Amino acid sequence: MRPTGTAEQTAAAPKHAVLPGGRRGRETALGRRTLLLFGGPFAVLFAAMYIAPLLYATVSSLFVVKRSGLGLAPPTRRFEPLHNFAQAFGDHDFLAGLARVGLFAVVQVPLMLGLALGLALLLDSRSARAKGFFRLGAFLPYAIPGVSAALVWSFMYSSESSPINHLLEPLGVHIPFFANGAVLWSVANIVTWSWTGYNMIIIYSALQTIPAEVLEAAKMDGASALRIAWNIKIPAVRSSLVLTTVFSIIGSAQLFNEPAVLQPISSGAISSTFTPIMSAQAAVAAGNYPYAAAQSVVLAVAVGVLSFVFFKLTSRGENA
Amino acid sequence: MSATDIPDASRPRGAKRGTTMASRGLTLSLLLVSSVYFLFPLWWLLVSVTKPFGRQFSGNGLWFDGFDLFGNIGRLTAQNDGIFWRWMLNSVLYCGIGALVGTLLSAMAGHLLATYRFRGRNVLFGVVLAAVLIPKILFTLPLYLMFSGIGLIDNPLAVLLPSVVSPFGVYLARVFATQSVPDEVIEAGRLDGASEFRIFRTVALPMMLPALVTIFLFQFVDIWNNYLLPAMVLSDDRLQPVTVGLVGWNASHGVAVPAPLVVIGSLISVIPLIIAFVSLQRFWRAGMTAGAVK
Repeated sequence: MRPTGTAEQTAAAPKHAVLPGGRRGRETALGRRTLLLFGGPFAVLFAAMYIAPLLYATVSSLFVVKRSGLGLAPPTRRFEPLHNFAQAFGDHDFLAGLARVGLFAVVQVPLMLGLALGLALLLDSRSARAKGFFRLGAFLPYAIPGVSAALVWSFMYSSESSPINHLLEPLGVHIPFFANGAVLWSVANIVTWSWTGYNMIIIYSALQTIPAEVLEAAKMDGASALRIAWNIKIPAVRSSLVLTTVFSIIGSAQLFNEPAVLQPISSGAISSTFTPIMSAQAAVAAGNYPYAAAQSVVLAVAVGVLSFVFFKLTSRGENA
Repeated sequence: MSATDIPDASRPRGAKRGTTMASRGLTLSLLLVSSVYFLFPLWWLLVSVTKPFGRQFSGNGLWFDGFDLFGNIGRLTAQNDGIFWRWMLNSVLYCGIGALVGTLLSAMAGHLLATYRFRGRNVLFGVVLAAVLIPKILFTLPLYLMFSGIGLIDNPLAVLLPSVVSPFGVYLARVFATQSVPDEVIEAGRLDGASEFRIFRTVALPMMLPALVTIFLFQFVDIWNNYLLPAMVLSDDRLQPVTVGLVGWNASHGVAVPAPLVVIGSLISVIPLIIAFVSLQRFWRAGMTAGAVK
């Protein structure tokens, strides 16, 4: 899961947050110089590092690289806007990668966010002790970079040294972490380990904004802790759940680091086209950039559509 | 670690009020199980690093067995003429410079969006938001080709330039600027005849500081996390960050580089991040909570 950035609850920025004193007039007309001074550096770099590559990839995907039979002449490029996309939709490995990441998201995202929500509610409950320790402990894996986390877990999974299987041995249990059916879930576990605490902190921060009086009143009315959680707390963190879900969907689409690190020790269970990004990498390695670009465009559109649909579905009855 | 820096200080903190032994026991045991899950891989790493060289993968891995931490660090340093420490320095430089410049750019753009009204403001903000929703990894391939086109491969700028642009940082900076810098202060500065930049530097920036630490920290981790970009644009291993270097060592299957060195390097490489998070906890927690207020 690669949500970018930090905890921000409001899915859309407050248009004009009501400021202390209730006035809205903080904006002033400004001169061009001030505008360029504050916005210029970011705008220039943003154009160069975000918009240019986006255009470059989109344009490239519309061309076809043709090589002569013997590869003696330099390859030529021809404009054939649909060719690469047709190839992508007929590419069994690429489609399997898309389906794999889709399955990953459908299972892993709800599991991880369910876990994060459960932990946030536990930490927020009055029965909790040592909150600081548990909060930090859950958050610590986020500080471990994705590839490092994958390296550490590869030692946990490895057939020779797995301390997990070592512990389970007396029970006669042995987990085949790299079996064909299991390897996707071994990857899912690394992602869950890395991001649960991060998402938990976001949800926990939202829980802190519930006024104490509301919770007191519910308690006075005799509501049980579970009922308060279900009827008051979970609705209150709804928007942060929507946000973390969207970021987690985007993260699933980016799945690359963990499977790439595990690939050498997976004895073939992780192919070079295991995820769409890995597919695109493989196409680049084969010297066919336009095809890689087309795959990236397909992936980006799929993620965009999914995020948009999810926002639409959840915004019905939104009272925020 | 106290509850003073988060709003739940306003909650009744009577420990025994309204909780039963049973619910306390259940809550605590669930939290304990979860922290075992989150911490045991790190525990394994810590234990393994202290074991004498070559015993990293033997035994049950969860308890100490002899002690040769310093010998292990010595071996790590000796490997390939100390390249590991060079990687560490590279990582700290890429992430430190990238996050610092990136935070400053975000703060300026966020301040602009929060404080001024100008034509195209909403368009600009919309574009920034849309950029947040595109998987970042998709930019890596075209950037690589663009950089090879202009001869920036194996140049630290190829890592730094994309790293300093953080749409999410701008978005957060705007939210934080709106929340933590009152109008009156900006107005007062203007009445004193200060220039807009001076107001930003001496008034807005200090007020946004806790939030900016949050942005810095998350961008630092983001850059450290970005493996594919440096792996593609840097082929000279003396320029690589530690993540790329360690994965390269690991891919040699213990042939060129003994596997225990990857374990030792992995632990050392995550220490700076852990220290940063633990020591700056007050800031990022306050920052996250600030972002959480509707």
